[in-house]
Amino acid sequence: MSNTNMWVYTDIVKEHFINPKNVLEDEEHYQDDGKGIVGNIKCGDQMMVAIKVSNDTITDCKWKTYGCASAIASTSVMSEMVIGMSIDKAYTIRPEDIVKELGELPAHKIHCSVLGDRALRKAIEDYYNRSGRTDKVVREKAKIICQCMNVTDRDIEEAVRKGDRTYEKLQYRTKLGTVCGQCKDKAENLLHEYIHLFGD
Amino acid sequence: MNARKVYMDYNATTPLHPEVKESMRRGFELYANPSSMHEFGRTVRNQLELVRQRIAEFIGAGPEEIIYTGGGSESNNTVLKMLTCALCGGAELSPGRAEIITSAIEHPSIIQTAQHLVSMGNTIHFVKVDRNGKVDMNHFLELISERTALVSIMYANNEIGTIQDIQSLAEIAHRYGALFHTDAVQAVGKIPVDVERLGADYLSFSAHKFYGPKGIGVLYARKGKPYYPFIHGGHQEGGRRAGTMNSLGIIGMGSAVELIKAEMQEIEERLLRLKQRLRSGITERIPDITINGHPEDSLANTLNVSFHGAEGEAVLLYMDLQGIALSTGSACSSGSLEPSHVLLATGVGPELAHGSIRFSMGRETTEDEVDYVLEVLPAVIKNVRKMSTVYSGECK
Repeated sequence: MSNTNMWVYTDIVKEHFINPKNVLEDEEHYQDDGKGIVGNIKCGDQMMVAIKVSNDTITDCKWKTYGCASAIASTSVMSEMVIGMSIDKAYTIRPEDIVKELGELPAHKIHCSVLGDRALRKAIEDYYNRSGRTDKVVREKAKIICQCMNVTDRDIEEAVRKGDRTYEKLQYRTKLGTVCGQCKDKAENLLHEYIHLFGD
Repeated sequence: MNARKVYMDYNATTPLHPEVKESMRRGFELYANPSSMHEFGRTVRNQLELVRQRIAEFIGAGPEEIIYTGGGSESNNTVLKMLTCALCGGAELSPGRAEIITSAIEHPSIIQTAQHLVSMGNTIHFVKVDRNGKVDMNHFLELISERTALVSIMYANNEIGTIQDIQSLAEIAHRYGALFHTDAVQAVGKIPVDVERLGADYLSFSAHKFYGPKGIGVLYARKGKPYYPFIHGGHQEGGRRAGTMNSLGIIGMGSAVELIKAEMQEIEERLLRLKQRLRSGITERIPDITINGHPEDSLANTLNVSFHGAEGEAVLLYMDLQGIALSTGSACSSGSLEPSHVLLATGVGPELAHGSIRFSMGRETTEDEVDYVLEVLPAVIKNVRKMSTVYSGECK
């Protein structure tokens, strides 16, 4: 291997891109215990994660993605991270944990391509729902406002709590409305709603 | 790693023609400032004026109508900004006319300049294109009026290769008393360009798209038509573009023009055959694809294909690992989140825009290289689709 550091991404990303681990090849016959899908084709990234769970531990994690090299690599590396992990812990995985495992990613790639953790949370929630443990679902009522960046009303609420008072600031923090922009009205309404709740 | 290298990104830029390289090597000796009065300077200047003559002939213009610039983007900026900036003379250049019409599929150096001008309070209309990337004439006729100062429509599109009917567009613009500019960066050197036949008042092009050096280009500005400089500070180019003349670039461009003039027809005929080979090869080997661009009025070297369910950046990078250089309209490649504005404007939809790959060939492309691409590509697409959430194998 020569000049690997001249490639677009790190060696770890490259390795996972060339040889992605745990790709779900036979979706029809895969008996999952939980499944989650996030992202939107419009935005160029969509992620699906399916898990098997035994004794509250993830025993298998398979995935598919419509996305770029970093989307493929980040989901691949995440699938390796979570196999053998307790669902409680897996539920708390965030993009920065995946990025740490990958070495590094360009900033703009983190926002758009690291969706694996969100798909995983959805899969875990699906598992909880299927096994009748809905009390474990933390964000079950969150409603997606921005389809492209998968930003929920809860994210907007949190952003307003943290001090965002304009659409621009909200957008900067959550990245909502940065792709197709269709959610702008909805997001602005929510923003005003929460500002009303939390005060100026 | 893969030893084989195939460059198929000629619309991004081209390698220097070996003879251009040679002429530039000799050009390094001509160090004097071509604007100096002494013999050193006059000798260089003389050469640069001979090149100007040659370039003028190449596009059917007069030498005084050729302005050397730093490339296509500068030429485009010059034209758009001079007709809109009231503070810098725009108001007087086109009395009573303040609007510009351009298209939705222009190069960023037009689109983003136009958006900037809109943010400064100017009125700019973006004419729609049809599915093949051709300007929607009905929409164009709706937009044009006595208020139109300038119409700027690209000659050939860099992403999908579609060639516009510039002659008709210019004629309509003139009928309404508007000026007409065409960004011919992808056309010059690939198809015959003649400013008289086209009826263009302004025309931009760049040397590095036809085997010349980067950083040098031309703005053709018809004699007697309004002009206002973009860069002030010197008497070069008759006061129309300040800055010490780029002697080496101009010499390289002159050589490139001379060579392409002689080689163009042969290259284009060969490229058209290669494109047909590539297109039918892809169509035969890979299911669920969409060919983008006009079926006939298209650059011979450019083929743009959308692979359903396969994201473009992933495809590009898997091909790159096999030594093949391509480009994509996927958002990921551009650093923005939006996929190709050109493909979106043709109405293919975001998924196919994200899944688009551009193959652009040139004078050094061989049949063998096309076959290598055809050998590697099917497996890459199959692999990307295998991982895809949106490809089930029976996509329409």
